[in-house]
Amino acid sequence: MVENRRWLNLLTHAVLLLGLAVVALPLWMTFVASTLGPGELINPPIPLLPGSHLLANYGEALSSGMARAGGVPVGTMLFNSLVMALGIAVGKIAISVISAYAIVYFRFPFRMTVFWLIFVTLMLPVEVRIVPTFQVVSSLGMLNSYAGLTIPLIASATATFLFRQFFLTVPDEYLEAARIDGAGPIRFFRDILLPLSRTNMAALFVILFIYGWNQYLWPLIVTTDEHLYTIVMGIKGMVTVSDEEPNWPIVMATSMLAMLPPVAVVIAMQRLFVKGLVDTEK
Amino acid sequence: MQKRVGFDRWALPYLLVLPQLAVTLVFFIWPASEALWQSMLRQDPFGLSTEFVWFENFVELFHDPAYLHSFGRTIVFSASTTFLSMVVSLLMAVAADRVMRGANTYKTLLIWPYAVAPAIAGVLWWFIFNPSIGIVAYALSVLGVDWNHYNNGAQAMLLVVIAAAWKQISYNFIFFLAGLQAIPRSLIEAAAIDAAGPVKRFWTVVFPLLSPTTFFLLVINVVYSFFETFGIVHATTSGGPAAATEILVYKVYKDGFIGLDLGSSAAQSVILMAIVISLTVVQFRYIERRVAY
Amino acid sequence: MFKKMIGALGIAALAVGQAHAAIQIQWWHAMGGGTTGEKVQQYAQAFNESQDKYEIKPVYKGTYTETMTSAIAAFRAGEQPAIVQVFEVGTATMMAAKGAVYPVHQLMADAGVDWDPSDYLDAVKSYYTTPDGKLLSLPFNSSTPVLFYNKDVFEQAGLDPNNPPSTWAALEDVSRKIIDSGAAECGFTTGWQSWVQLENFGAWHNHAIATRANGFEGLDTELKLNDDLFVDHIRQLKEWQDENIFAYGGRRGDPNPLFYTGECAMLMNSSAYYGSVKGETDFDFGMTFLPYRGDVEAAPQNSIIGGATLWVLRGQDPEVYEGVAEFFKYLSSPDVQVDWHESTGYVPITYSAYERARGEGFYDENPGADIAIKQLTYNEPTPASKGLRLGNFVQIRDVLNEELEAVWSGEKGAREALDSAVERGNALLRKFERTAR
Repeated sequence: MVENRRWLNLLTHAVLLLGLAVVALPLWMTFVASTLGPGELINPPIPLLPGSHLLANYGEALSSGMARAGGVPVGTMLFNSLVMALGIAVGKIAISVISAYAIVYFRFPFRMTVFWLIFVTLMLPVEVRIVPTFQVVSSLGMLNSYAGLTIPLIASATATFLFRQFFLTVPDEYLEAARIDGAGPIRFFRDILLPLSRTNMAALFVILFIYGWNQYLWPLIVTTDEHLYTIVMGIKGMVTVSDEEPNWPIVMATSMLAMLPPVAVVIAMQRLFVKGLVDTEK
Repeated sequence: MQKRVGFDRWALPYLLVLPQLAVTLVFFIWPASEALWQSMLRQDPFGLSTEFVWFENFVELFHDPAYLHSFGRTIVFSASTTFLSMVVSLLMAVAADRVMRGANTYKTLLIWPYAVAPAIAGVLWWFIFNPSIGIVAYALSVLGVDWNHYNNGAQAMLLVVIAAAWKQISYNFIFFLAGLQAIPRSLIEAAAIDAAGPVKRFWTVVFPLLSPTTFFLLVINVVYSFFETFGIVHATTSGGPAAATEILVYKVYKDGFIGLDLGSSAAQSVILMAIVISLTVVQFRYIERRVAY
Repeated sequence: MFKKMIGALGIAALAVGQAHAAIQIQWWHAMGGGTTGEKVQQYAQAFNESQDKYEIKPVYKGTYTETMTSAIAAFRAGEQPAIVQVFEVGTATMMAAKGAVYPVHQLMADAGVDWDPSDYLDAVKSYYTTPDGKLLSLPFNSSTPVLFYNKDVFEQAGLDPNNPPSTWAALEDVSRKIIDSGAAECGFTTGWQSWVQLENFGAWHNHAIATRANGFEGLDTELKLNDDLFVDHIRQLKEWQDENIFAYGGRRGDPNPLFYTGECAMLMNSSAYYGSVKGETDFDFGMTFLPYRGDVEAAPQNSIIGGATLWVLRGQDPEVYEGVAEFFKYLSSPDVQVDWHESTGYVPITYSAYERARGEGFYDENPGADIAIKQLTYNEPTPASKGLRLGNFVQIRDVLNEELEAVWSGEKGAREALDSAVERGNALLRKFERTAR
């Protein structure tokens, strides 16, 4: 801390608390809703404090609530979500970090062509080009497989873009020093660039893991085998009951449960995050 | 855009970009080209009868007042969403970077919303703002504001902007905070010794150093608000009332995925792609020049 | 002992062999995690256990639109299921896809399955038949809009809770009394505005919403929604909205909370919400027919359905279709139909199921549960009331939503909005006509 001004500290906490209140409100409401009894949600205003059905609702969410939406055990769905999230996160980080490295640190013919080919994928999420993408995946025989679930979703440039931005801020002195030591491109990448990128990778991992975890439309389209269903599909299945009101408290309880793995990832990665920052400079 | 110093190797760079290039070509360029082809066809949904119509789908779009209207809506929506989420998250990141006590708690709680699946977030907003049972609508009515986004286009737009920005705050916060923490303390201390106040110090020292992050987030947020928000629109307003929240990407989704008019939907994707490609080029060419690395 | 073991193994192997031999038949459906989803699973299971030749595999594919689009995308890639559940607005699209769809009447005849389509209610069947009365798809879940009203509010306002309004004039009168007495803030609201206030309003008053018998007689149909009858109705609703007799609360089921919370005394929405209304409210409620206009001689006629049917897609082995036919026969059986109707809130779609439910006293125990079917069968369906066959109907409904919302928010007058709805809707119809040829 550079200086200590009381009003500034107070203001800081005020900003954070206010921001937190706004940002966390929907989440808090989910939690509150997940503890209410049937029908309680519909009487205005929705209570601000948790109700008395916490255990009952979560019990039902874990046992029968999910099973109704297609007969797949919750465990299977969680596992599939995990595979999908990890596949996307790891796959995307791996392919992007090396391609960003090539783009920033190498001079080679067609560099700009490659750069733009990759960067046009910044736009058009898979949902918008879903029908042609489905046809491609199907003609490659990848329907109903983990590969079909994950690989089409790693075709996006956001991670490459982030690494590029980061590599550009890495001082040139590192490379010069490495060259003086006689380090080749692979050693420079492995021993210097990768450790420096740790924070960014952790941040990206969090984001991509959650992106993968939360996919809905794509897994819905490419899978017909229930053993590949993901947890978000299960929850949506509970919400989109046709011509009847969903059992909201159970839906909310399941949503809370489905949020736990990504939140655990956030918390775990945050440590790495902070450590990465501490290691690099301060 | 490239390092002054670098390696000159013959095969290595190609090997490095190969995996990403392969995935991009197969799962992006290939389907996108199909979309381009599709945009010049008129087909029934099952693809049983096909007619090649050149640019008719495009011509039709630009004669459709609803489509032109949707352009305006998109600009309002994207600008507001990007601005709102970036400003709020920068403010909070600066605050979180300052505090010592409880910093981790703040961080963890602020990142949590990011874990909510968009499919579920839409449901939450539906609940919170529902005119008859929503908590926010209730609070507003106590304050004398009559909230009914089913009937009021401006309120509906406000709702989708808030919902879309909310989703992005955590993301921006993570990167702003990482960026802030990467700024060497020594620089800030030096500025403090020069007796620059906290506000001035922020604008003259911190903000310029943050510009690569800001640029990255600007691109990401614009792209996000253009393309990845149809889920939120779909779940909260379905583009209504009276098309007040019908942004371009939602229209692509609606006409293609729901309405099964693949030709027109493909034409709209092509237009969208063209817009964002040019936006990205502008961002890289002009804004990036001012970014300090 | 040894022999016994061999024998046991043999039987086990046989059982395994049989399990593998069962012909898999995929059924893509949109019935999510509620009662309906459970029932779908249950029927498939019961059918699978009743024989060992075929195995029906229900696959949940999201909402109606997601299910339909998935199936079409799959068809384009050659990966389509044998059976897909499609909502009623998709009927014209499915029908036009002649090479893709295996009409049910033909399927049943080819398979030689003894099956009586005349048992299906006319009002249900008519929506899905060819001009010469042959069923194209198997009716599955059907509902129709009805009027739900809050009996407690009626009593508080000094009205007879067993005498709900039957005409629009009476509805206005009742609403005024309710608002004046302070029993509720608003008179009524409506869900699915296009389905309830235009499509069914038309049928109930025996007035077509489109030419060529609502599209049944040809693809060159044009909307007639700017006829005076509709314009007057929408203008009237807008005037009532200004007095809070009518409140607009969004599309689909979104306005339901207005009724659940007691804010509005009446709700017009799908009869399939019966179970939900029962579950979400703590007041006494009643159900009755949709109101009609006393000055329209033809009214009341009959209302039209909503919901979905099962379509069969081509491209499978012939034996798969034999299994589909068997399964459809099973689904049409009174046992399944009665159970489906009584546990979900959908209307019974066969006469025998209706008779049986009545015979068992189901409607005495659940008063109001037969309002929907009575309204559907109020009269023999006419060309104006047997259903709609409009291409691009999903998009047309969206146009109608938009234009109606422009009226509710005061942007446009009723005439202006409906004129524009007709113009935009006709453009979509022409587009469909072109690709469907």
